[in-house]
Amino acid sequence: MSRRDRPVTAPPWPVAIPAVLALAFLGLPLVGLLVRAPWSRMWDVLTSTTSLQALRLSLVTSTSATLVAFVLGVPLAWLLARAEFPGRRFARALVTVPLVLPPVVGGIALLLAFGRRGIAGQYLDSCCGITLPFTTPGVVVAEAFVAMPFLVITVEGALRGLDGSFEDAAATLGASRLTIFRRVTLPLILPSLAAGGVLTFARALGEFGATITFAGNLPGVTQTLPLAAYTGLEGDPSDAVALSLVLLAVSVGVLVALRDTWLRTGAAS
Amino acid sequence: MRIRLLSAVALSCLALSACGSTATPPATAAATGSVATGSITVFAASSLKEAFTTIGTAFEVAHPGTKVTFNFGPSSGLATQIMQKAPADVFASASTTTMDTVTAAGAASAPTTFAVNTLEIATPATPTTPVTSLADLAKPGVKVAVCQQDVPCGAAALKLFTQNNLTVTPVSQEIDVKSVLSKVVLGEVDAGVVYVTDVKAATDKVVGVPIAAGQNVTTTYPIAAITGSSNSATAQAFLDYVLSAAGQQVLTDAGFTSP
Repeated sequence: MSRRDRPVTAPPWPVAIPAVLALAFLGLPLVGLLVRAPWSRMWDVLTSTTSLQALRLSLVTSTSATLVAFVLGVPLAWLLARAEFPGRRFARALVTVPLVLPPVVGGIALLLAFGRRGIAGQYLDSCCGITLPFTTPGVVVAEAFVAMPFLVITVEGALRGLDGSFEDAAATLGASRLTIFRRVTLPLILPSLAAGGVLTFARALGEFGATITFAGNLPGVTQTLPLAAYTGLEGDPSDAVALSLVLLAVSVGVLVALRDTWLRTGAAS
Repeated sequence: MRIRLLSAVALSCLALSACGSTATPPATAAATGSVATGSITVFAASSLKEAFTTIGTAFEVAHPGTKVTFNFGPSSGLATQIMQKAPADVFASASTTTMDTVTAAGAASAPTTFAVNTLEIATPATPTTPVTSLADLAKPGVKVAVCQQDVPCGAAALKLFTQNNLTVTPVSQEIDVKSVLSKVVLGEVDAGVVYVTDVKAATDKVVGVPIAAGQNVTTTYPIAAITGSSNSATAQAFLDYVLSAAGQQVLTDAGFTSP
């Protein structure tokens, strides 16, 4: 057992050189943030109106986008994992597109679909007076578009890897399909739901390209933390560094949260 | 191996010709008084995109062996990059304020004003809510996009509203003037406050609503070579070209006025 865990052959020592370079390459930018951060002015920068507005807006929109992802994405994951229907492969491919699409392209595509002149947006505007660009719901749409696939993919994977015997047992005992999902399947995939949710939240929080393209940039309405950091770079760069540190702290928090989730998953299986 | 040898020869040839021509300047360089060869990177305000692209091509023709690469963006963002030692040889800003931050940091010196621009309202070709005057921007329900305040076009828009006692609540403060223009082109906003030159550059996609001279705001464009440029001769030649009659003609054609 322990013998098999060990690598077959140790990597030759020259491998260490590029490996260390890679580590330095990934680590140095973060060190740069920490070294150049305006520590003495940190509190003032973070409690400025712009920062507080951006922070609050980011939390509200990322949470909303994550909720949207749960409401729409979990049923989609269920369908993709368990239902046989024509075009399922295409549907799964469609889900992965936002994962690989440059977010700016996503923003342009969202404008062309849900903008005031967009193929769907023009009807939203004429029938119900709803326009999404330049509004906080528009930010949620942009974030959900980019982040939801993380939840769908994670949950779908969990559903596929599930041991079906528990569900079969529940079915033989007369549980309805919805009851089985609620009482058996859902608890089993809970760790994956949590992991997917955290990933989705993190991606939504970091969203920049689709947001600035689709929702614009207005403090208090659509200017989330990443947008405020970028805008800060044009004014006072040290403000941008301070805001970036907040985002870095959240990212580290996400990593820690995910590690716990994975540990629990490991213990359960 | 052979390729490497060839490029080494080519490089030394370049170096030699550069040295040689200092002694006997070729005809094209004589006009500018310096030797232009090799590549330079020009950081320029978004609003200069069309004019400078044309000037860049003309410059390369006038100075064979040169290559001009542009980095267009919001002047203030470019200034930040330059002060962080981005590899720029020339900086052309859309406001003196932004250039001042760069010269104050010692990254450039002795900027020269080369163009003047004024604001204009851009509206979509097929309007949703028609905008026909400056005062319309303050009407409720009119969606207006401007540049964010740290960018010269945003500062100018703010000044425009203030000096005309207008209370305009924009729906978005975009990162540069071309982003404002694209929101207008897509019809997502009813009006965007941009430069006269931007309306001219997108004349088939937007309709301009001129602002009366007495109400309007002007901005001056300074240009300077970056201190410590690795190709200061070519940088200076580019500067000279922008200020030359040919360069000024391109700028005038684009809608700028001479300083």
